[in-house]
Amino acid sequence: MGSNMAECHPVGFQWVTEAKARGAKVFHIDPRFTRTSALADRHVPLRAGTDIAFLGGVINYILSHDLDFREYVLAYTNASFIVREDYRDAEDLDGLFSGYDPETASYDPTTWQYENTEPTSRDSARPQEHKEEAAAYEHGAHGPEVKGAAGNIATDPTLQHPRCVYQILKRHYARYTPEMVEEVCGTPKEHFLRVCEVWTANSGRERTSAVVYSVGWTQHSTGSQYIRAASIVQLLLGNIGRPGGGVFALRGHASIQGSTDIPTLFNLLPGYLPMPSASTTPDLASYIEHIRADGQKGFWHHADAYIVSLLKEYWGDAATPENDFCFDYLPRIDGDHGTYRTVMDMIDGKVFGYFLLGQNPAVGSAHGKLQRLGMANLDWMVVRDLVMIESATFWKDSPEVETGEIVPEHCRTEVFFFPAASHVEKEGTFTQTQRMLQWREKAVDPVGDQRSDLWFFHQLGLRLKERLAGSTDERDRPLLDLAWDYATHDGDEPSADDVLRHINGHDLTTGRVVDSYLDLKADGTTSCGCWIYSGVYADGVNQAARRKPRREQNLYALEWGWVWPLNRRVLYNRASADLQGRPWSERKALVWWDEERGEWTGHDVPDFEPRKPPGYVPPPGATGPSALHGDDPFIMQADGKGWLFAPAGLLDGPLPTHYEPHESPVRNPLYGQQGNPTRRVYGRLDNPSNPAPPEPHSEVFPYVLTTARLTEHHTAGGMSRWVPYLSELQPYLFVEVSPELARARGLEHMGWAHVVTSRTAVDARVMVTDRMKPLRVQDRVIHQIWLPYHWGGSGLVDGDVVNDLFGVALEPNVFIQETKVTTCDVRPGRRPRGRELLDYVTRYRERAGITLETGTRVATTDGLGGVSHTEPTKGPDGPRRPEEDA
Amino acid sequence: MGIRTWIRSWPVYRQLTGDDPLGRGTAAQSPRSAALGARTTSADRTARSVCPFCAVGCAQNVYVKDGRIVQIEGDPDSPISRGRLCPKGSASKQLVTGPQRERKVLYRAPYATEWTELDLDTAMDMVTDRVIEARRKGWQDTDAHGNRLRRTMGIAGLGGATLDNEENYLIKKLFTAMGAVQIENQARI
Repeated sequence: MGSNMAECHPVGFQWVTEAKARGAKVFHIDPRFTRTSALADRHVPLRAGTDIAFLGGVINYILSHDLDFREYVLAYTNASFIVREDYRDAEDLDGLFSGYDPETASYDPTTWQYENTEPTSRDSARPQEHKEEAAAYEHGAHGPEVKGAAGNIATDPTLQHPRCVYQILKRHYARYTPEMVEEVCGTPKEHFLRVCEVWTANSGRERTSAVVYSVGWTQHSTGSQYIRAASIVQLLLGNIGRPGGGVFALRGHASIQGSTDIPTLFNLLPGYLPMPSASTTPDLASYIEHIRADGQKGFWHHADAYIVSLLKEYWGDAATPENDFCFDYLPRIDGDHGTYRTVMDMIDGKVFGYFLLGQNPAVGSAHGKLQRLGMANLDWMVVRDLVMIESATFWKDSPEVETGEIVPEHCRTEVFFFPAASHVEKEGTFTQTQRMLQWREKAVDPVGDQRSDLWFFHQLGLRLKERLAGSTDERDRPLLDLAWDYATHDGDEPSADDVLRHINGHDLTTGRVVDSYLDLKADGTTSCGCWIYSGVYADGVNQAARRKPRREQNLYALEWGWVWPLNRRVLYNRASADLQGRPWSERKALVWWDEERGEWTGHDVPDFEPRKPPGYVPPPGATGPSALHGDDPFIMQADGKGWLFAPAGLLDGPLPTHYEPHESPVRNPLYGQQGNPTRRVYGRLDNPSNPAPPEPHSEVFPYVLTTARLTEHHTAGGMSRWVPYLSELQPYLFVEVSPELARARGLEHMGWAHVVTSRTAVDARVMVTDRMKPLRVQDRVIHQIWLPYHWGGSGLVDGDVVNDLFGVALEPNVFIQETKVTTCDVRPGRRPRGRELLDYVTRYRERAGITLETGTRVATTDGLGGVSHTEPTKGPDGPRRPEEDA
Repeated sequence: MGIRTWIRSWPVYRQLTGDDPLGRGTAAQSPRSAALGARTTSADRTARSVCPFCAVGCAQNVYVKDGRIVQIEGDPDSPISRGRLCPKGSASKQLVTGPQRERKVLYRAPYATEWTELDLDTAMDMVTDRVIEARRKGWQDTDAHGNRLRRTMGIAGLGGATLDNEENYLIKKLFTAMGAVQIENQARI
């Protein structure tokens, strides 16, 4: 679901076709009939943005037919845990959960806790700051806290207590009937029921099923909850931690997993440690306390060793126990500093310099115009790339130059373009989608001024240190004390191998590399750049460089590359064995307890303490890893269990709930609450929204629009539109429409059409195909269209920027933009150009009655409507325009 | 050329007498194509690499001859890809050796309408100066409640997800030491 694996991950898809050849059933549940659908047993269509309704229907089917894997569910999930008496569900509050504050559009999640655990201090933080604080700081980083979860949580093993998770789940999803699924998703009932039958029949002791998703699930205003919904299904069916089971994120870039693990993200430090928060974690003690709340289970308990070892790697000898290991050197965050916020701050003149490192936001980010206007209002910008991408040349040939919104002679941004070394001209590791690090050897030297990013940042650091040497300014200390002496080779190129050793970590008393994060200490005697990667250099060997041929090892190929953590291929694989530590079935054996040797063993590296017996019961008062029972497979969780219900950790509710997309043509048939009540909106004149019910005039943009990739191109095109083979294979931007829609709008196959939203209009060639099927939703026909988004104004083949059609509305937990669904109009012929384009789009906005407040009244249940979430504007024309600076 | 060789050079003869009666293989081969060898066999060395496009992580063998890349192919040893590459992975040689690659540092001055060339070392120094200035301009010591911030909001970054782990590590480390928090990645998008 939400993935076109055959097209976007074609070489990975060989395993799906091979499984199918061996008898596996493959369902492709997606708005579009794609190359994946063509190879599946069945394509199940649904309306873009309704996957939670579909999955909620599956959960309801499982629960109402008693098809859950009861033994697994009872032992390994929180199904029997009892939730507080004052918890109110979306069932009770017309789509909202208890604790909602319409003024801040955020929840106080206190009432979502288990009956006898305590809310953490953060849960009762000043409510007006909660959304900022929690979103920025808490989520995506470490595990959600549940104070006291290591103690005895009140349970009802019979699952009959009305407030136990199982019963709450049952009530919450009772209305997600097959009929409702059809009404919301447009999926014919018999298609939906077939999926339910096959999925449940193919799960249990002897069989497992897997779910695959991609950005078709994440790029939504409720994206995190899509994945939660799939996790609930998979936990109920016993498909987590077992071979052939799981929820697989197919990520889209060579090291996008690595870019999350060793983040270049504002809210994270390496290894999912949070960035410190200005108000809640002013010092090391409070920071550690925040990560490992009192009386919790699990490995986050050792967060002190992880952060202290990181600080030792950052600041070396300067980091001492007396100065909190330089914790104070870390900058603090206090809200949303994500990429979209930053771009708006550029437009508002608050940011001066910008580094683009192999990224082309002028094409690849939502609301391209916002991106380009932001770049046009900087002091300076550095672009490092292989080719001359659109983001480097916005000042001379962007669409805004044609409309007159950017005038080169008036644009003050100073631009430095640095040619980059390619993947074969440098050594280093990528982390692929299954958390596997693979080392690349360098094949040849780069030429001319081409350099690696490793070189660039190492050099920049050296030069900053040199320039600031002798400074007595306290704010320069973190740079001056920074440990930056990495080994170099071939002149001044830093050794990636040496950097990887530092990421792995050292025992500072012996100077040797550590073997795993279990060796890390909180007393300053170890250093480690990323605790979850610790072990990649175990035994002093670059484990990521291992390439033992597949034919010489078993199916798990443990000697090819290295997978974090500790080379475990299947996370939480303790769950592949029953309570007594025996495989649930011989067919599905993965790891098991070896009674004779007194340890866990199996085909994979056990994701459990190796010598903790399955029947182990910890002594009272134990915390951290020692509080994990022998049957607590989810060793990173505060209670050791898989969460059907999330008592903490999510900003938009403990259970996935269907909300309509930010821009939708229909009213939510399930609840009075239309969209995600906590989604992040930016009410600004330069970020208009298409109206969605209950707002009037949604009929001006009557069609559902989604975007996707093609196998022949790569995201924003920097690595494909300049490559002749690939450009020849897919030269033109096109829009796929159904024959019915083509007739209704007078669109001609292979002719031109343009797609319009409240942001802009985009030209594309028309592809009329019955791959796009109109769906019947709430007694009306909904047409969906899609476009690939790879094109821009440069390269061997050019086209309009599809991302210009989108506005910025974000998922509240992780700040991802909703670019997988919006509404639009589509018209035959080409769009107007220049100033006429601006007038054309303005007329659309006027017809749709769009104002600053459109789309910003996020609460829509009775009595809560009316609060709009807009930003202060500068004068009647809104934010400053870049040309005004000239 | 002997008479026997001359007769054998005639495709019809080979088709009638050899094991290629349909004339679609060796019988129809010209001396030139018979003499051709794979670039992979004549390469000086092979670097073991990984495809830079999607996140499947297909293993690549990069064949190098005389210091130049002559071919890039899938590595059959890989348990992930079993030697296969998709259209993008198969085009990687063109990606890394094509004329589209920029080789020189280019500079666009404020209000300029064209690029000019700049020496790499000079450019690095200019960027260093600008980082120091933007850092100071955007510096924040405390928030409105007096909480310590110790950061600059003057500098931002956005990285692609083809950056190596080691590169991301140094980027985050340096940005953090600068006090810059607005460092983001495709992983957010």
